[in-house]
Amino acid sequence: MLNLLVRYLRIALESAMGATSARLPRWLVRLLCTVPAGLLAGCHLALFDPKGDIGVQERHLILLSLVLMLMVVVPVIALTLFFFWRYRASNTKATYAPTWAHSTKIEIVVWAIPCVIVAFLAVLIWRSTHVLDPYRPLASDVPPVRVEVVALNWKWLFIYPDYGVASVNQLVIPANTPVDFVLTADSLMNSFFIPRLGSQIYAMAGMQTQLHLIADAPGVYAGMSSAYSGEGFSDMRFNAIATTGIGFRQWIQRARGAPAKLTRDAYRALSQPSTNPPAMVYADVDRNLFQSVVNQYMPKPKAEDMSAMASMAHPTPKQVKE
Amino acid sequence: MIGKLTLGAIPFHEPIIMGTLMVVLLGGIALLGAITYFGKWQYLWTEWFTSVDHKRIGVMYIILALIMLVRGFADAIMMRAQQAVAANGAAGYLPPHHYDQIFTAHGVIMIFFVATPLILGLMNVIVPLQIGARDVAFPFLNQLSFWLSVVGAVLVMLSMFVGDFAATGWVAYPPLSELGYSPTVGVDYYIWSLQVSGLGTLLTGVNLVVTILRMRAPGMDLMKMPVFTWTALITNMLIIAVFPVLTATLALLTADRYLGMHFFTNELGGNAMMYINLIWVWGHPEVYILILPCFGAFSEIIATFSGKPLFGYKSMVYATSSIGVLSFFVWLHHFFTMGSGANVNAFFGIMTSIISIPTGVKLFNWLFTMYRGRIRYHSSTLWTVGFMVTFAVGGMTGVLLAVPGADFVLHNSLFLVAHFHNVIIGGVVFGSLAAITFWFPKVFGFTLNEFWGKVSFWCWQIGFYLAFMPLYVLGFDGMTRRMNHYSNPDWHPWLIVALCGAVVIGAGIVAMGIQFAVSIRDRHAHRDITGDPWNGRSLEWATSSPAPLYNFAHIPQITSLEQHWDDKVSGRAYSQPDQYEDIHMPRNTGAGIILSGFSFALCFSLVWHIWPLAVASLIGAIATFIVRTYDRDVDYVIPASEVARIERDRYVRLWTTVSSPDLRPIHFEKAA
Amino acid sequence: MSASLPYAVHETAGHDNASMTTVGFWIYLMSDCLIFAVLFATFGVLVHSTAGGPDGKGLFELPFVLGETMLLLVSSFTFGAGMLSAQAGRKKQLLAWLAVTFVLGLAFIAMELHEFSTLIHEGAGPSKSAFLSSFFTLVGTHGLHVTCGLAWLIVMAHQVVRFGLDGIALRRLACLSLFWHFLDLIWICVFTFVYLREFL
Repeated sequence: MLNLLVRYLRIALESAMGATSARLPRWLVRLLCTVPAGLLAGCHLALFDPKGDIGVQERHLILLSLVLMLMVVVPVIALTLFFFWRYRASNTKATYAPTWAHSTKIEIVVWAIPCVIVAFLAVLIWRSTHVLDPYRPLASDVPPVRVEVVALNWKWLFIYPDYGVASVNQLVIPANTPVDFVLTADSLMNSFFIPRLGSQIYAMAGMQTQLHLIADAPGVYAGMSSAYSGEGFSDMRFNAIATTGIGFRQWIQRARGAPAKLTRDAYRALSQPSTNPPAMVYADVDRNLFQSVVNQYMPKPKAEDMSAMASMAHPTPKQVKE
Repeated sequence: MIGKLTLGAIPFHEPIIMGTLMVVLLGGIALLGAITYFGKWQYLWTEWFTSVDHKRIGVMYIILALIMLVRGFADAIMMRAQQAVAANGAAGYLPPHHYDQIFTAHGVIMIFFVATPLILGLMNVIVPLQIGARDVAFPFLNQLSFWLSVVGAVLVMLSMFVGDFAATGWVAYPPLSELGYSPTVGVDYYIWSLQVSGLGTLLTGVNLVVTILRMRAPGMDLMKMPVFTWTALITNMLIIAVFPVLTATLALLTADRYLGMHFFTNELGGNAMMYINLIWVWGHPEVYILILPCFGAFSEIIATFSGKPLFGYKSMVYATSSIGVLSFFVWLHHFFTMGSGANVNAFFGIMTSIISIPTGVKLFNWLFTMYRGRIRYHSSTLWTVGFMVTFAVGGMTGVLLAVPGADFVLHNSLFLVAHFHNVIIGGVVFGSLAAITFWFPKVFGFTLNEFWGKVSFWCWQIGFYLAFMPLYVLGFDGMTRRMNHYSNPDWHPWLIVALCGAVVIGAGIVAMGIQFAVSIRDRHAHRDITGDPWNGRSLEWATSSPAPLYNFAHIPQITSLEQHWDDKVSGRAYSQPDQYEDIHMPRNTGAGIILSGFSFALCFSLVWHIWPLAVASLIGAIATFIVRTYDRDVDYVIPASEVARIERDRYVRLWTTVSSPDLRPIHFEKAA
Repeated sequence: MSASLPYAVHETAGHDNASMTTVGFWIYLMSDCLIFAVLFATFGVLVHSTAGGPDGKGLFELPFVLGETMLLLVSSFTFGAGMLSAQAGRKKQLLAWLAVTFVLGLAFIAMELHEFSTLIHEGAGPSKSAFLSSFFTLVGTHGLHVTCGLAWLIVMAHQVVRFGLDGIALRRLACLSLFWHFLDLIWICVFTFVYLREFL
């Protein structure tokens, strides 16, 4: 077992430090899913059964970090219980050293062990955080699909700026195609999260954030808000439907023919607080709707500000806010 | 005249709340009636409510914490029950409006009115005894701090019956906590209860830092200070450093809500992210404020019950101090998902994992304290070992959450909820309960019942794993926190297990109650005659149990880190002095409770916008304080003859009931 | 038995002795300082969030604020002089200096209130923009502290009259002195970072 862990660790470390796309043998992953105690049925859990590259990398990262730490935690727990049993008062056979309270050697070791682990973790954190940065566009041969996400009270509005359509509480994306999300909120803060695809990101009023995800296979994946936003928060769910490329184009066609149009007035009506609205599709979306939602709290939106904002390659929320 | 307050503020239509109100009213009437019947008002007022004795104030803090623990636990079990039934489209029995208040109140109560008073109470009781002082530096301020905490707790409790509580989550992020989205008085109750109790905590911080820095017995330099006092020192320094941030942050939110300002609003340039940063600048050190004294308590307990000095005392001191410093550089890990750049996220992730180094060292040091010891299986040792195992798991999941890439999927999930309960229950609760068991005789003069203590331990331990391991799993399955209902059928069985776990924890709380009751009943059988029931090592075990009002008849001269142990070994302990001197002690005062009464009226009237009352009670509070400054007769003298009488009684009891060898350390016997 | 008792020679039984109070108050001031640090940080974040409303340059009158600053600086000096008299045991002189300090402080508060009311009448009240919220809160919090200091001055003067210059009075005067100089220091930061910065 230890051999296995060490091997996994080596492979994983190499991949974390070198080429991040190095895939592990499936059997190894499956085995390792069961290692962390208590996760028994691990591979059926959403985060251990990811359907997108970001999610796969995050699973890898979670398992790697866990294994790394378990290498210390398991011996510590075992030693705690062993010492507690071994040096019980009734065991007079055990050595008793009533004045022994210092050992430079041991002290060096107990400082060194966590230091080494943390040094590994630090490298891992530095690399993985940059690789998994939600703002980092995904490399792909296929051009990405752009989706503008507005967190409303309490539902999600998805605008497809390249197609001029929008949907509520239903996100349709093509599989194997990077999806570039830009997000904002109409008023309350939420967090946009599709567990099986990977990272989440906050959606905040007056600001935009970005997220890049990809689905590796067609399917219906549960999406939700993971930051509490008041009364209707629990119902702020949506389905992320990953389809084939053809399926996606067909859906766009159907959406373009939908009767509802997302004008400013329609948006205003939609943004009123409500829970569990039926999944809606809108044809003909106001092109500047998303930007106007972002800018709604700004007193005088100036044209040059907006173009400056659009050209910012990697804006942090604070910069956008400025 | 009465602001926004109307009869409609009382939620008559909510049967759960009305039922609770009935229970509280009946219980309250019964309690007050009993006090009146037994004629105990005079006693309570003169001996407790107006007391400035650090031990009594500490005890009152702990009683407050235990009462609030019951309330906080009631919230917990309601939440667990709701999530256990509200599956697959069912609405459950708690509507979101009520459920949201409950999880907010649960968090606020457990942190501010259970964990914090537990820690403050323990430090109050133990620190002066450990450093050989007769009281804290500012006894009146100490009393005021306590009663301000009570005001905060009363406000939270009152919010349940008059008006409502915040439905925002326990850190009340804007814009949700702004007037536009939380128009009721809930957030106002939240703000004022935290402000008033936060002020109390801050004053205690100042008080204890001065106490530790200025009132140590002669000869006790910093590196001869018992490790609990060290952790208390760092904790109180953290309190001084971060509670002002909480005060300021909440004040800015107050300005938004009361004066129409725009610090955190969406409109007119407000910036909600600033609140999130500020609240966690306070919030993260706050968890170290809570855990450090527990580390200290575990250190004392493990050394005492292993019959060995603490392994690596210096390492412990450095580890504690570095945790204190590092705790200021980790706050951003609470919102990796806000879209800060990768460099910023990585920096805070690495800083967070670095903080696990000193924590890990502590764990190793406890381990090596047990190594080659003679461990007695007392309930406080069980709590300690239970803590070491549980906390190792909690620390690990914490470091996992500190990896930004992992946090991107685990943030705000039940994994997070499981993690912080793992460290707070496994660390702070276990630590406080261990400490209460350990130091109880020092305050009350008798030991606690072991059987019920062990029952309580096993219930807590098993209940904890049952209740929170499923939440780790649910977090991996993408279940977020604070859900009122859900539709994923896979989650349901886990949540039922979690409910069972909560019930088992409840049994642990009941067992603890029984433990207190049984111990008080059997107190004569479990008298602590020696003042040193566990064969202790530090100074507090040198004085009698219960410790006399003045703690030490003579302030001891300190020559070693384990003063009492060394005195026992060398035979210096328990030697009766020939003569005694007059002792100056602070006089009891009602000013703290009166001042807090005005503070309560002030906060309540601010919550309900009752401006005339607010002005009147503010003036009342200031006037009380000023009048107090005119009182020059704040201390009194215990004459030497009285001290001699008390001490003589002690030694007579000691020598008539205990034979001299019993007062020697175990190993000393063997060596001789 | 009692020949070699491990007891201290000097017993420190007294509570609230002077040095402890001063240390305690000093620590309290440090925590107060952190409240101001938060307010300064907030101001720094929000200073440009004028939301289309007026900015500092258009609102502040530097000579007026310079006048306020001078008042407070001089009051710090007069308080210092008062402390010297107190240490020399000259009660009447102390009271005179305290009176002067009080008048200067009161004048400062009056000027500040005048500035605030002018701003509000110009339509630049605290609810106009995040910038103005943080301006009013920062400057107002300082003003509130000065007001507390003024109340303390009155009580202190009365206690000196009533009880004389005993140890307690001297101890409290020392604390008040710390407080007053501390507020002066904070104001210098306010003057520099809030007002002066706009004109540099």
